[in-house]
Amino acid sequence: MASAVAHEEVHEHTHYTTTGLDNRKVAIWAFIGSECMLFMSLISTYLVYKGKSIVGPFPHEAWTSPDGHVFKPILNIPVTTQSTFVLLMSSLVMVLALAAVENRGKPGYAGTLLGNSKLWLAATAALGATFLGYQAFEFTSFVHEGLTIHTNLFGSSFFTLTGFHGAHVTAGVLWLLTLLSIDIKRGLTPKDALLVDICALYWHFVDVVWIAIFTLVYLIK
Amino acid sequence: MNDHAPHADHAHEHPDWKQYKWVALWLTLITVVEVWIYYTSFKDSPYFIPVLLVLSATKFAIVVLMYMHLKYDHKLFKALFTGPLIIAVCTLLALYALLGHQAVPQ
Repeated sequence: MASAVAHEEVHEHTHYTTTGLDNRKVAIWAFIGSECMLFMSLISTYLVYKGKSIVGPFPHEAWTSPDGHVFKPILNIPVTTQSTFVLLMSSLVMVLALAAVENRGKPGYAGTLLGNSKLWLAATAALGATFLGYQAFEFTSFVHEGLTIHTNLFGSSFFTLTGFHGAHVTAGVLWLLTLLSIDIKRGLTPKDALLVDICALYWHFVDVVWIAIFTLVYLIK
Repeated sequence: MNDHAPHADHAHEHPDWKQYKWVALWLTLITVVEVWIYYTSFKDSPYFIPVLLVLSATKFAIVVLMYMHLKYDHKLFKALFTGPLIIAVCTLLALYALLGHQAVPQ
């Protein structure tokens, strides 16, 4: 019994580094830092190639091909604004999920909507999936309008940048669904708050990357 | 290693749901302003791009500080995030300055 307790104590402490910080949280911040550089390199590539495509379709200008086919500006700002709003709201429900797990059983949370972590985790995953639906719609409509990854410099850099972001959102949705399944199976307690916190940090990072993409790619001509 | 007491990286107070609600409202308002100025004649102004960049940077900072709790977190986490971010932004500016106005070979 004593050895079991000792083992548990050691196990509980093995996640802490010499800084006194949990190594999983240090790792996710280091990972996010490296992801910053990845996305900034993709954004740099997009910006360096911006306006240098020699054939259309173009993001903000109409284009007439040599055979007389007219291509309208390809970016659909109203649709992307909606998907941006969806992703921003997903960050709100993500922090509510974390707060629900951290404060489980506390007054104001126990037995209330605010304390329902399953609801908030499911809502975050659903909003993430909705964002992916918007992205699938956008990609499909671009291809139908004649823009693929092979068409021009804009197509190559745009699909690479937004495709990488979409892949990150997909990973985030899978991560959220995993947490949701754990919550349904055994219930997430305040002891598990760090697991949710790490997922939340990743999710918010995906959100801030989109904030940059929305401005630099969609709004700046 | 285990002699070190776990740091209270969860002991700090996070904002409550009312503050989160206000953060979401501000983020939405800034997005509305961004899209609104895109559809006005202001988009032809030389201030259009700087204003958009400032609004976007504000949204970025709000999410990082409030939702990612960096405002309340340990300085090591701040360093792990802002260090690479500064390198990344400098790389972007350098690449754009070097290659942004260079013609692509036809």
